[in-house]
Amino acid sequence: MDEVTPVLECRDLCISYKTRAGEIPAVIDFNLKLMPNESHGIVGESGCGKSTVALAIMQYLGANGYVKSGQILFNGHDMTAMSQEELRKLRGSQIAMVYQEPMASLNPAMKISDQLAEVPMFHDGTNEADAKMKALQMLEKVKLPDPSRIMNSYPHQISGGQQQRVVIAMALLSNPKLLLLDEPTTALDVTVEAGIVELIRDVAIEFNTSLIFISHNLGLILETCDRLTVMYSGQAVEIGDIGDVFDTMRHPYTRGLFNSIPLPGADKKSKPLLPIRGQLPLPHERPTGCYFGPRCDFFEEGRCDQELVELEEMAEGKNHFARCLKSREIDWAAEQATVIGRDAVLPGEVVLDIKDLQKHYRVERGGLFLFGAEASTVKANEGISFHAREAETVAIVGESGCGKSTFAKVLMGLEDATSGNIQFGDIELGSLTVQDRKADTISKLQMVFQNPFDTLNPSHTIGHQISRVIRKFGVEKEPAKVEARVMELLDIVKLPRDFAKRRPRQLSGGQKQRVGIARAFAGNPSMVIADEPVSALDVSVQAAVTELLMDIQRDHRTTLLFISHDLSVVRYLADHIVVMYLGQIMEQGRTDEIFSPPYHPYTEALLSAVPVADTSIEKRKIVLQGELPSSLNPPKGCPFSTRCQYKIDGLCDMEVPPVRTVSMDVDRLRGHQILCHLSEETLNNMLPVFRSKGSSDKEEGQLEPAE
Amino acid sequence: MPVADLEFPRSSMFERLAKPKPMLILFAIMWVPLTLYVMFGLDDVVLLPAIPATIALYFICLWAFRESTVALVGLSLVFFWLIMAVSAPYLPLLDPNKPIAPFATPWTEKKETFFVLGSDFKGRDLLSRMIWGCQRVLIWGVSATAVAYVVGTVFGLIAGYLSGWWDEVISFISNVFLSFPVMVLFIVVLNYLGPSGFNIVIAVTFASAPAIMRIVRGLTLDIKTRDYVFAAQTRGEHPLYIMLVELLPNVRGPLIVDACLRLGYTTVAITTLTFLGLGLQPPDPDWGLMIRESARVAMLWKFSYMLLVPALSVSSLILGFNLLADGLREISLRD
Amino acid sequence: MTKFLLKRILQMILIMLTASFILFVIFDTPEFKKRLAVQELGGFAVSALTDASYESWLEKKGLNVPFYERYSNWIGAVVKGDFGFSQEKNREVGPLLWDKLKKTGILAFWVFALMIPLSLVLGVLAGMKEGSLQDRSVSFISVFFTSIPEIATAILLTVFLALGLGLVPAKSAMISGFDWKALVLPVLTLVIYDFGYVARMTRASMAEVMTSQYIRTAILKGLPYRRVIMKHALRNALIAPFTIIVLQLNWLLSGVVVVEVFFEYDGFGKLLLEAALFPDIEVVQACTLVAVLVAVLSQIISDIGYTFLNPRIRFS
Repeated sequence: MDEVTPVLECRDLCISYKTRAGEIPAVIDFNLKLMPNESHGIVGESGCGKSTVALAIMQYLGANGYVKSGQILFNGHDMTAMSQEELRKLRGSQIAMVYQEPMASLNPAMKISDQLAEVPMFHDGTNEADAKMKALQMLEKVKLPDPSRIMNSYPHQISGGQQQRVVIAMALLSNPKLLLLDEPTTALDVTVEAGIVELIRDVAIEFNTSLIFISHNLGLILETCDRLTVMYSGQAVEIGDIGDVFDTMRHPYTRGLFNSIPLPGADKKSKPLLPIRGQLPLPHERPTGCYFGPRCDFFEEGRCDQELVELEEMAEGKNHFARCLKSREIDWAAEQATVIGRDAVLPGEVVLDIKDLQKHYRVERGGLFLFGAEASTVKANEGISFHAREAETVAIVGESGCGKSTFAKVLMGLEDATSGNIQFGDIELGSLTVQDRKADTISKLQMVFQNPFDTLNPSHTIGHQISRVIRKFGVEKEPAKVEARVMELLDIVKLPRDFAKRRPRQLSGGQKQRVGIARAFAGNPSMVIADEPVSALDVSVQAAVTELLMDIQRDHRTTLLFISHDLSVVRYLADHIVVMYLGQIMEQGRTDEIFSPPYHPYTEALLSAVPVADTSIEKRKIVLQGELPSSLNPPKGCPFSTRCQYKIDGLCDMEVPPVRTVSMDVDRLRGHQILCHLSEETLNNMLPVFRSKGSSDKEEGQLEPAE
Repeated sequence: MPVADLEFPRSSMFERLAKPKPMLILFAIMWVPLTLYVMFGLDDVVLLPAIPATIALYFICLWAFRESTVALVGLSLVFFWLIMAVSAPYLPLLDPNKPIAPFATPWTEKKETFFVLGSDFKGRDLLSRMIWGCQRVLIWGVSATAVAYVVGTVFGLIAGYLSGWWDEVISFISNVFLSFPVMVLFIVVLNYLGPSGFNIVIAVTFASAPAIMRIVRGLTLDIKTRDYVFAAQTRGEHPLYIMLVELLPNVRGPLIVDACLRLGYTTVAITTLTFLGLGLQPPDPDWGLMIRESARVAMLWKFSYMLLVPALSVSSLILGFNLLADGLREISLRD
Repeated sequence: MTKFLLKRILQMILIMLTASFILFVIFDTPEFKKRLAVQELGGFAVSALTDASYESWLEKKGLNVPFYERYSNWIGAVVKGDFGFSQEKNREVGPLLWDKLKKTGILAFWVFALMIPLSLVLGVLAGMKEGSLQDRSVSFISVFFTSIPEIATAILLTVFLALGLGLVPAKSAMISGFDWKALVLPVLTLVIYDFGYVARMTRASMAEVMTSQYIRTAILKGLPYRRVIMKHALRNALIAPFTIIVLQLNWLLSGVVVVEVFFEYDGFGKLLLEAALFPDIEVVQACTLVAVLVAVLSQIISDIGYTFLNPRIRFS
C-alpha cells in the first residue's frame, strides 16, 4: 500500500527562546503527523507552548526564538532548511493562519478589499481587478452579509465576528493545504463563536484543507477535530484520536483537565470539580523527570522524578500515545474516591430584592463644548427585577454588552440607579452611592473582580491590602488583632502565611484571585458579587478558585451574586439563574428550569453555543445569525428580535414582549419567567438542547446529574 | 509575540534599585548640604559629609543599573558633575572670581600661574570656573524640576481622578500655558519677576508643570479603571486616600524616565536663559554666564576655548541626563 | 469634521483671549509703568518727578485709564489690525513684526526642509529592525545631538566652520543685504538640535508598528518584505511623526530666540527678546500673541492631520 505523505509532520521538534536569563526551552520533543483532510487539535493551558508550535510551523518565531533541533516537514520538505524566499511562497498560499485577535491582525489603515486582494496578487500573479473579484466571492463563501460593503470598509468598521470571517477568507484565498487556527474564537462572544466554529468545519470540508486547531477549550476541540494533542509545560503529554483521548484518557494531566471543567453531569452537591493542585511550573523551574510530577496524584518518588519521560504507544495500531511511566498501572476506571459531596444548603431569608431597576446613560455625540449637543440615551439596565436569599448563589449570565457589569456598578454604589428599588436587608440602595452609604452597609456588600492582574495594587504588599479592609470596616482595631485576622484570612483562602509580606507581582494569577477573595471576605460581608472571577484563569486553576469561593460562601452563609458569560460554570454552581440580553432580563428561574424547556429563544441559542467537552452528549445546533445590536441603537420591541429564529414579524420587532411566568416556586415568591411573545404552546414544545447520545427525541432530554 | 507565552516573575524598576531606602538617605546627605551651600551661602564645612555620600551613591547606582551600558555612561557623566559640585571647595583650584591674567591660552603659564584650560578675558581661571559653574545649574535645575513635578503631579491626579469640572478647568489652564512657546513663556515670566534662581524655579514650573500634569492625568485615567481602584471605591475610601495610596505609587514608575529627560531640558533652559541675560546673575561662575560674558570677546579662533569649555561642559551634563533616561527606559521595558 | 474644527477654533480664541489677558495683567503693574517712564524720560528725571507730575505723565500716555478699559481697547485695535506702536524701534508694530516674521519664516522653511527628510529616513531605517546595528547607531546619534543644547551647537559650529575654517560668516546680522551663506549656521544649529527628537519618535512609532500583529499577518500572508514595509508599515508608522513634526513649529519659536540672538539674525526671536528687555510692551504683546497663534494653529493642524491620516478616527 502506498504511504500517503502527511501534510505536516513535526519530528522531535525542540524550540527555545534566548532571553537574558539564558535559554528557555518552550517546546520539547514535539511530534505531530497531520494527514490530508485531517483536523488536529492542540489543547493546553497558557504557557504550555501551543502557540509557539503554530508560529514555528510558520517559521516565525521572532528575534529570540529558534528551532533548536528536530524537523518540520511540510509535504515532505523540511521547512527549517528553507530560504526566506521559499518560505514566503509557502506562507499565505500553502499554509495560512487565523489569529486570536482579529482586530489587531488586520491593518487598520487599509481597506479590506486591498488586504484580501494582496493574496492572489502576490501568490498567483492575478491582476488587481480579478483579485478583488476573487476576494468578493470568498467573502460570500464565509457567509458575510453584504460582502461588497465589507470590501469597502476599514477593519474597525465591522464587528469582531465579521473581522474573524474576513481573516478566514484571507487565509482561504489561495486554497491552502494547511490552515492553522490559533485560538480563533477566544476574543469573541459565545453565540458569535458558534457561528465561526460552524464556518471552520464547513470550509475544512469544502476546501479540502487540513486543520490545526489550537485552543484551551476542550469542548471546541471536540466540535472541530479528529485528533488531539494535549500539551503541558512544553511537552505533548497525550496524543490520540478524539474519541480515545476523551473517553479512555491515559495521562493524569488529561484526566485532571477533564475533572476541572464543569461538564453537564457535574454538580456542586454530589460531584464537585476536582482541581489539579499546585500550579504550572515556570519554564526555567520545571522539575526533573515528569513535568507534571509535583501536581500528580500518582507521583512515585524515585521513579517519576528521575529522567525525562518518553511518549509511549498505548495500544498497538491505535495511534494513541501518552507520556506517563505509570499509565499502564493506573486503574483508570476506578471512581475517584477523594470526592466528598457537599450537603445542600438551605437558603434563608431574602437578602436582596430588586424591583424594576433601570440605569440609563446620556451619551453626547459630536457636541460642541459650549453649544447644545445631540444626546441619546443608552439603556444599560431596563426593568431588572429579581431577588436573592441568604446562602444562595444567583448567577447573572449574558454576553458582552448585556449590562451585567453596569448592574454590578449600580449595586456597589459606583453609579446610582435611574429608577427602581434595590432593597438590601432593610436599606434601600438604589439612590445611595457609595459615598452616602454607611461603613457598615458597605462592608456587608463586597466584590470579587474579574482580572487577577488588576485586582491588587502592585505597589503594596498583600498584608497591607487585606489589613486596610479590616481596619476600614472596623472589624479589628489593634495591630496585633488585625495581623491575626490577616493570617486567618490567608488560611481560609489556602495561601501560605508568609504571602502577607509579598507583593502582587510575586503571585500567580490564581493566587492573586485568592487574595481578592480574602479581601472581599475580610469585612464579613453578607453578600459578595463575583464578576467573572475565574474567566481569566487557566482551566486547572479555575476549578480550585471556584471551589474555594463556594466553600467560603457555604461556611459563612454568604449570598453570592455570580456574574458570568459561561453557562457551564453557572450551571455547576448557581441555584437561580438570570439571563440578560441588551440590558434586559430574558429569562430567569431555578437552574434546572433554565436548562430544560421551555426556553427563551435566546437561552436556547446560548445553551447550544456553549462547547461541551463530553462525547456522550449530543447538542441541538442553533447558530444565531447576525451580530449583537449596539446598545446605542437597540431594536424596537423585543431586544432579541433581530437574531431570533422564532421571530413573529410585526409583533416581536414592534412591541415589547410580556413577562410570562411559566411556573411558580413553592413559596410563591418567584418563579420561572420568560420575556417572550411566543405562545405558551410553542414554548412548551421546544426540544431540549442537550441529549444523551442514543436517546430518542421523545425521551425526557434533561440530563440528570450523574450520581 | 510568542515570548509572552512564557511568563516570568518580573521585578519592577524600583526593586532593581537594590535598596531604595539607603539610596534616598544618601541622596539627602548629598543634596541638603549642597542646597544650603549654594542657595543660602553656608560655610564650606557643610559639604564635608556630602562628598563620601555622593561617591557611595554613585557606586550603588552603578550596581543597580549594571544591566544597561547606556545608563552606566549617563550615570557616570551626571555623577562626575555631582562629585565636582560637592567637592569644589576642597579641590586645589584657583579662586574662580579672582582676575589673575587675561587671555591665557590653555596649558600655558602666565604671571607665574599655570592655566590648565586657560583664562578668560578678565583673567579668571577657566578650569575652576568650569568646576564651580556646575553647582548653580545642578541645584536650580533639580529644584525647579522637583517643584514642577510636585505641582504637575498634584494637578494631574486631581484632573485625572476627579474628572468632570476639575478636569475641564485644570486642562484649560494647562492648555493656555502649553500654547506659549517655552522660551516666550520664560521671557515673559522672568521679565516680569526679574532674573534670579528662585524666579527660574517659578518660570520652569509654569513651563513644565502643564506637560507633567498631562502625563500624570493620562496615567491616572488609565490606572483609575483598574479593579483595585474600584475595590477601594467600593470600600468607600476617600478620594484623597485613593489618589495618594492607590494611584500615586503606580504613576511614579513611568515618571522617572520623564524626570531625567526633563532635568536635561531644565538644564538647557537655565543655561540658555542665563546666556540671554534673564537667568543667574554674575559674578559667581556659571556656564551660561561664561558663554554670555565671552560671546563677543571670543569671536576669534584663538580665543574660542573660552566658549568651548562651558559649551562642552553643559553638553556633557545634558548628555548624561539623556543617556540615563534612555538606559532607564531600556531597563523598564525589559521588566 | 466641521464641528470638530469649530470646536478647536473656539478653543483657540478662548486660549488667545486668556493668554493676552494674562499678559495685560502682568504689564499693568505699577512697577512696569515705572519702568516705562524710566525708558522714556530717563531714570534721573523719573526719580525727580513728583507724584502729581507722574500722574499727569500716566494720563498723557493713557496709562491711568482702568485696566479693563485699556484691555478692551487693545482687543478692539488688534481685531482691526492695529498692534500699537514700538517705543524702542519707533515704528508701527504691525509692519515691524511682519518684517521680522518673514525673516524667521525663511529660517524655519530651511530648517523643516532639511529636518523632515533626514529624521524620517533615519527613524524608519532604525525602527525597521529593532535592536540591529543600524538601529543602535541611529539611536545613539539622535540622543547625542539632542543632548547638545542650541547654544552649545551654535558655539561649536561657529568655532569650527566660521572661526576655524572660515567657510561661512560667524554672524548673520546681514547688514549689507541678504546673504545665503549667513543662513547656514542658524539653520544647521536648529536642524542638528531638532532632527534627533523627530528621528527618535519616528523610530519608536516604526518599531511599534513592526511588532504589531497586522505586520505579522502581512508577513505570514507571504508578501515580499518590500511590500510589507512600504504598504503596510509606513502608512501606519508615519501618522505619529507627522503630528510631531507639525508641533515642532511651536518648539521652533523657542529655539529661534537663542539662535537669532547668538547669530544676531534680525528675526522674530531677537525682536521678542529685545522688546522684553527694553521693555517695549506693545511689541512684546504682539509677539506673544503671534507666538500663541502659531502654536495653537499648529496644534489644530496636527489634530486635523491625525484625524485625516487615521481611518480609525476618520470614520467613527
